[in-house]
This record gives sequence, structure tokens and C-alpha cells, in this order.
Amino acid sequence: MNDGGSNEAAISVVNLRVSYGDREILHGITFDVRRGETMVILGGSGSGKSTLLRTLVGLEKPTSGEVRIGGVNTAAISEREMDAIRKKMGMSFQGSALFGSMTVGENVALPLREHTDLQESTIRIMVRIKLGQVGLGSFEDYMPSQLSGGMKKRAAVARALAMDPEILFFDEPSAGLDPIIAAGLDELILNLKKAYALTIVVVTHELASAFLIADRMVYVDRGHIVTLGTREEFQASTHPRVRQFLDRVPEPEVTDELDYLQMLMGDSKSAKS
Amino acid sequence: MSMPRRIETIPIAIGGWAIDGLAYIGGLAALTGRSAYFIFIGPFRGERLRPQRAVHQAFAAGVEAIPIVSLILFFVGLIMALQSAYELRRLGAMQFLAGAVAVSILRELGPLLTAIVVIGRSGSAFAAEIGTKKVTEEVDALRTMALDPVAFLVAPKFLAMLVMVPCLTVWADFMGIVGGGMFGVSNAGFTIGSYIQATRDSIVIRDMYTGLIKSALFGLVITAVGCKEGFSTGAGAEEVGRSTTSAVVTSIALVILVDLVFTALFYFINPT
Repeated sequence: MNDGGSNEAAISVVNLRVSYGDREILHGITFDVRRGETMVILGGSGSGKSTLLRTLVGLEKPTSGEVRIGGVNTAAISEREMDAIRKKMGMSFQGSALFGSMTVGENVALPLREHTDLQESTIRIMVRIKLGQVGLGSFEDYMPSQLSGGMKKRAAVARALAMDPEILFFDEPSAGLDPIIAAGLDELILNLKKAYALTIVVVTHELASAFLIADRMVYVDRGHIVTLGTREEFQASTHPRVRQFLDRVPEPEVTDELDYLQMLMGDSKSAKS
Repeated sequence: MSMPRRIETIPIAIGGWAIDGLAYIGGLAALTGRSAYFIFIGPFRGERLRPQRAVHQAFAAGVEAIPIVSLILFFVGLIMALQSAYELRRLGAMQFLAGAVAVSILRELGPLLTAIVVIGRSGSAFAAEIGTKKVTEEVDALRTMALDPVAFLVAPKFLAMLVMVPCLTVWADFMGIVGGGMFGVSNAGFTIGSYIQATRDSIVIRDMYTGLIKSALFGLVITAVGCKEGFSTGAGAEEVGRSTTSAVVTSIALVILVDLVFTALFYFINPT
């Protein structure tokens, strides 16, 4: 497996703008995710990185711009056409988002039962395989509420893998986990990449995790892309916001009342511009 | 703000409310329409209906409501008999007691009180369930798995409620009449046989089906409001509480409104 993937774009984002009501969150974002690479989207809280991920998987509609997945502009297609693309994508949510009324095994089986005509016995075997891959082989009949935080995330990954996706998305895989469990999840992501040549997109603010799993990284700040490049390029970045993020420098406190007002007004102004 | 300006804002506010209200009703209709698609048209286009989910919902919304509905309607039947007897006794017309109870229960109180119980049990549960799923990103997870949340979460509820609320109403009507009969037999000079006979003589089939049509409509309103409030839940646990409250309050108001409209409609269409 080559480290950087091929040069063909699995996802291609062109001048993407996304707004919630009057508030524009992403102000024109352009980047590519190459087939087979692991792209980490970094950014502080409120930077728009989660919105970017939600737009990539089609949970938010862009106000303008394009999101091309496998050559299809998902901004311009119907929900039904989007569903066809979604079947080739898997998403692991921040809070795992397992269905609480179903067992872990049923959670993983759900997409298979709904979208395929496989025999029940085949589905059971596939569920065992998927759960085995994430290290939860013997937890098929547990309810999600009986699992720990890390196990829930693993189960969510198994569910995301159920349909053998081409692209896998992770929203904050290590959020709320202790460093050991978080490292285990990073390991899992690396293993999946090695085993399946998956295109993986990870949103995180954990630097250690990002540097471990990423082929390339993109740093999103206040709805703009500030830096995009390999780990080395990213480490060597001289952009003040990236340096602040890497060196963990706190935001200077707002002392001037006018500055504070500016900060509060900032969003509505940039939305109009 | 000057006085004329202040007066100017009144029609603006009224217009705003009216538009919001219409938009809300439109939202309910859209949700109902999409569910109807998934129930009646989807299965013929290769989309899967989920009967086992509907059965599960039907059990929770219908069967489990039987004890409380029985209790309430039995007592209300008894109360109706007591209240009617108070007036009928003065007129010396106690023989009309069975009819007074049966007609009021069948036409109005059975469907309405059943709906109120169902709002409290199921309407609130729908809002809380979908609201929680929204907060925990389960709704988003369904969408990323190419599963329509309306088909998956809402359509089975509509199907269950459309069947169960009228069924529950039939049972409620029966219990109400039993409650009335209890007073009739013990205090108004009826025998069990004569009470049943008097009830049968005083009601027509119309009393039955107008009540059942209304109860089916109540079921639709309750499901639509509960699910819509669930989907409009924002972020955070307290938002689930807010949407549950709002589902109950809005459902009660809309059920009464639908009751009024259809009772008036039945009255004017065929005033016999």
C-alpha cells in the first residue's frame, strides 16, 4: 500500500459554501481527497470542520459550490440519487449513534438487511466478520448501553463497514476516550486502511492522532482552509493560526470592548460579504 | 417607538403567526404524505415496509393503553350517567338515561378521551423517541446509511396509530357504556337486559362511524405532531423535554380543533 494513495480524486470539493440560516459557516473551501488516502481535517472548535464533514456525507446541503464523490456532484442530485452514493460510504459518528433498541449485532446487520437480499445466515456471518475486525467478536448480542465508550465507537465502525464502503468517514474518533482507548482506535483506522485500501476522512482536533493516521491533512479555520499538505509540510507550516494550534497557544483574551463587539458581529458581517 | 409605528407592527405580527401556523400545518401534511407514500406506494416500488416495527408500535400505543383507557372511560361513563340522571330525574325521563350516555360516549367522549390518553402515552413518547434519536445523531446515522428516517421511524407509527386508535376507541366506547350501565342498573331501575336494549334502541350506526372516523383522524394528528416535534428537536437533553411538552400541548389543541371541524361537518352534511 503506497502511503499517499493514487492521484485520482475520490472526493473533490470545489469552492464549497455552507450556511445555517443567515450564518455562513464555510466560506469557499476547495480540496481533494485522493483515492486510498487518509485525509485528516483538523480545526479548533467552531472552525466549521464538523459542518464540512456533514456536507461531505450529504447531511447538509451547500449554498454554493460542489462536492464531487466518484465524479458525481452531490450538491445537485436528489436524495434518492444521494442514497445510492451513501451506500458506498460509511460514517462513524462522534457519539457512535448506535440504535439503542437493537443489539450490537442487529446494528451492524441493519444496512445489510435493508439494502441487500442476502440470506439471514449470510448476514449473521458477515456481522461476525465485521465485529471481529473491530475487536468485538464476542459482543454480538450485547445492547449498546452495555458497552464502554471505546467499544461503542468500535461497534459504530463495524456498522459503517457493513456495506463494504469505498469511503469511510470518522467524526472525532477519539473524543471522550482515554489515551489508551483512543490509541486503539487510531490503530484500528490504520489497520482498516492497510486491509482494504479505503479512502478515509477523519475530522479531529487530536494532534497526536492526526499525525499518526494522516497521509495528508487540511487545517480549517473559521470556515477557510489555511493549510493543506502532508504531515511534514503541516509540521513545517509557518501560518500563525496553524502554529498557534500546533503549539497549543491559547486565544488572546479580548480586552478591548470594541474588539469584543467586532467578534460578536463578525459572523453576520462575513455572512453578508 | 411612536404610536402609529406600534400599530403598524400588529398586522405584521398577526401575519407572522398566520404564516407560521400554516407552515406548521404544511409540515404535518408533508410528514403524513411522505409516510402515506411509504405505507401505500413504496412497497409496490420495491421499498420495504416494516410491518414488524408497526406491530411493535401498535402494541405499545394500543394494547398497553387498554387498562388506562378502560379505567378512564368506565368512570366517565359513570359520571355521564350521574350527570344525565340529575337532569332526567327532574323531568321524570330516566328511561332516556341509557341513550344519553351511549350517544355522548360514542359520538364524542369515547374518541376524544381515548385521543387524550393516546396523546399522553404515545404522542409524547414519539416526540421523546425521535427527539432523543436526533440528539444522539441516530437520525443522521440512518440518513448516512441511506435509510429514510420517515420511512424507518415515522411510517410504522402512522400505520400502527391508524389501526390502533379506532380499535382502542371501540373498546373505550364499550367501557363507557358499561360504566353508564353500572349506574343505570344499580340506581335507575334498569335491568342488565333492559339497559342493553335501551342502548341499542337509542343509537344508530351513524353514531358509531362518525366517532370512529374522528378517532382515525385524531390518530393521524397525534402521530404527525409527535413526530414533527421530535424531528424539530435541537441539540441537548432539555430540548427533548421541550419537544415532548410541545407535542402534547399542540396535539391536544389540534385534536380539539379537528374534533370541532368534523363534528360541525357531520352535522351540516347530514342533519338528521
